[in-house]
Amino acid sequence: MTILDKFRQLSATRDALIGEGPSPFGALIEEIVSPTEGIVHGRRTILAGTNNYLGLTFDQRSIEMAQAALRDEGTGTTGSRMANGTYAAHVHLEQELADFLGRRASIVFSTGYLANLGMLSAVPGPDDVVLIDADCHASIYDGCRLGSAEVLRFRHNDAGDLDKRLRRLGERSRRALIVVEGIYSMLGDRAPLADLAAVKERYGAYLLVDEAHSLGVLGEHGRGGAEEADVEAAVDFVVGTFSKSLGTVGGFCASDHVELDIMRYACRPYMFTASPSPSVIASARGALAALRARPALRQRLWDNARALYGRLQALGFELGADVSPIIAVLMPSAEVATAAWRRLLDAGVYVNLVLPQATPNARPLLRCSVSAAHTPEQIAAVGDAFGALALPASPR
Amino acid sequence: MSSYETILVQTYETLRPFASGQTLTEDTDLLVDLNLDSMRMMELVFEAEDRFDVSIPLNTLASVRTVRDFAHRLQELTADR
Repeated sequence: MTILDKFRQLSATRDALIGEGPSPFGALIEEIVSPTEGIVHGRRTILAGTNNYLGLTFDQRSIEMAQAALRDEGTGTTGSRMANGTYAAHVHLEQELADFLGRRASIVFSTGYLANLGMLSAVPGPDDVVLIDADCHASIYDGCRLGSAEVLRFRHNDAGDLDKRLRRLGERSRRALIVVEGIYSMLGDRAPLADLAAVKERYGAYLLVDEAHSLGVLGEHGRGGAEEADVEAAVDFVVGTFSKSLGTVGGFCASDHVELDIMRYACRPYMFTASPSPSVIASARGALAALRARPALRQRLWDNARALYGRLQALGFELGADVSPIIAVLMPSAEVATAAWRRLLDAGVYVNLVLPQATPNARPLLRCSVSAAHTPEQIAAVGDAFGALALPASPR
Repeated sequence: MSSYETILVQTYETLRPFASGQTLTEDTDLLVDLNLDSMRMMELVFEAEDRFDVSIPLNTLASVRTVRDFAHRLQELTADR
């Protein structure tokens, strides 16, 4: 037995599932044509699984700002935020994020994953409790593992179940951090934030909302699920990413708590990694400005989401419960899902294939994510490709 | 405080829907013998938490392998109430 033998089973599973042809896990996009099109396996393909919700990856102003930063400040910072990796633009972006979210301050991390890792490992200590929704993202689970707090899981989107767990904690509930997401990444369903915030307030706990998939998507101004539910005042920490609606890479946490700044000295995932490069920060600033200035993007996103959800529903597919820019098509088995994924790709449509245990309900998914940049014709073409699948066991 | 034997009986009852008809003993391994994946394990924990009115920290689940481990863990948590 060697330390590598344990990967044999995983290799066998992968080989049996993928076989020949393009891999659903790391599909090679040979050329990127636009926010919604690429060349995959030699053919022009509609990208309907990118999380590029506002289509800002090709925003002209953001590209110009990134080009200028690249030219003027170089390719990278080569250092931690705590050493030589904080440039003026990093601080400006933190101020702009805080201003947008109506918060006292924010901290920029190198990725959204690291933002969760940092906050969840640093904020709750050994005497504290973290209560996480069962469907939370891996970065939240991993942040808890890196930290030292007791971790409790409550049933997905179930404020009553959360209440029960807080009640059992007694006085310790005042040292509990509740962690939920604005929109859940796999099924596209929203957290019932009004109910969850009411429970939080009743017990005097703390609330962290990860708005990774809801920033720029929910709320009148695009601030996310908490804005939409009108509970921003009850949210202690807002975590998010630049890698979805903002079309680049990076993460942040914003808060009104004065202690946020000192967390720079306590967050290992903040301290011990290089800071985002100047061009990344510049494009995030450009995209944030576009998100604020162009609410029509959000309108287009939702028009597209409703159109595709309605079409797939009419075709009889079993979908995630909520209409959202994440449209999960539930599949009967991994084999059917993988074959369907290939047929969609052959038809010029890329979506995400997600298999258990990465799915919240043990069902394989074909996960579509819709963009404001999709044209009505592209949305129709994605629907047509699904319509041509004619899966025997999938339509209800 | 409930005795270990009382907790064990209730643990068996909680486990039965997850056992696919298998005979349960204290040595039954939840992962190997019952083949519970992470999703089923989570459901089992939710069921046990409801039945015993306790919350089982995720951090302590790694050390729970057998029915005996599970029953002992539940006994500790019910005693802490």
